[in-house]
Amino acid sequence: MQNFYLRLILVFCMLQISSTWAKEARPMQNDAVVEVQVQRLSEQLRCLVCQNQTLADSHADLAQDLKQEIREMAAKGMSDQVIIDYLVARYGDFVRYRPPLKSTTLLLWLGPFALLFAGGIGLLVTLRRREKSIVDDSLNADEVQKVRELLAINKES
Amino acid sequence: MKRFLLPLVIFLVMVGFLFVGLNLDPREVPSPLVGKPAPQFSLPRLDNPEQVFSGNDMLGKVWLLNVWASWCGACKEEHPLLVSLAKTGFVPLVGMDYKDTRDEAQQWLVQGGNPYMTTVIDVDGRVGINYGVYGVPETYVIDKKGIIAYKKTGPITMQSLREVIVPLVKKLQAE
Repeated sequence: MQNFYLRLILVFCMLQISSTWAKEARPMQNDAVVEVQVQRLSEQLRCLVCQNQTLADSHADLAQDLKQEIREMAAKGMSDQVIIDYLVARYGDFVRYRPPLKSTTLLLWLGPFALLFAGGIGLLVTLRRREKSIVDDSLNADEVQKVRELLAINKES
Repeated sequence: MKRFLLPLVIFLVMVGFLFVGLNLDPREVPSPLVGKPAPQFSLPRLDNPEQVFSGNDMLGKVWLLNVWASWCGACKEEHPLLVSLAKTGFVPLVGMDYKDTRDEAQQWLVQGGNPYMTTVIDVDGRVGINYGVYGVPETYVIDKKGIIAYKKTGPITMQSLREVIVPLVKKLQAE
């Protein structure tokens, strides 16, 4: 009897596996032009579940859904810009891997250049200061004479 | 002595930034929907799929839309809080069962208690996409005119309820 139950469980497990596999298959992958657009867009869009992956890389459920959504929109002939705007309206600029230049992202765009500029100024100031700290310490006539003599001795020996 | 001061200051500033960063939640992404009308939906009800519930039914009331699923672990965390919030009758809660099966969802409500005046089912997550759902549970505070006033991604905590949601709902109800 126990054996019977065990078999039943096994069969059940196998059914489970095949039903989950069946879910994975996604329809509408036959139009090559649409697929190119979907691929191009999903490489520029962030998967919000696993935030450091693009939609193209991600296997998260939401990423699959969003790709399907993009695919349907692309099949209707919508342009990249329209599709991106659609997603930005729902998920915010964060879905885009390339953030747009606007007032809230100004620091992000200009920050590195500001840092570089500040570093450059710092370097310039330091160099100037060092230049000043070098004291003009030239020799007077007596000392020049002394040096000549010493050098002469050196040559003779 | 002075020459050590500058690196020390830079170091302390960096520590400050990193410390603040430690306490930030990367899931808290500002939603573009805040301040905008809540997306329309008409979805079948969990208790009776033949009946349809629409967000418009809640016009004139301040309400919470809570997106949840029986497969979602973090939803378990906030569920008792929602149940006790519902008991006070302070604000109506509408549940949106996101990409779930009906049986499991109903079982979950039987087990954990049902805080929702209505639960709708979003089987394929289409309405979820319109709401910008990316991490269940999510909660939206929607005002009398149907405009989203606040969005919380992730489980509601006692703290967020006390400090943000309850004061906000009170303010909106007074409007």
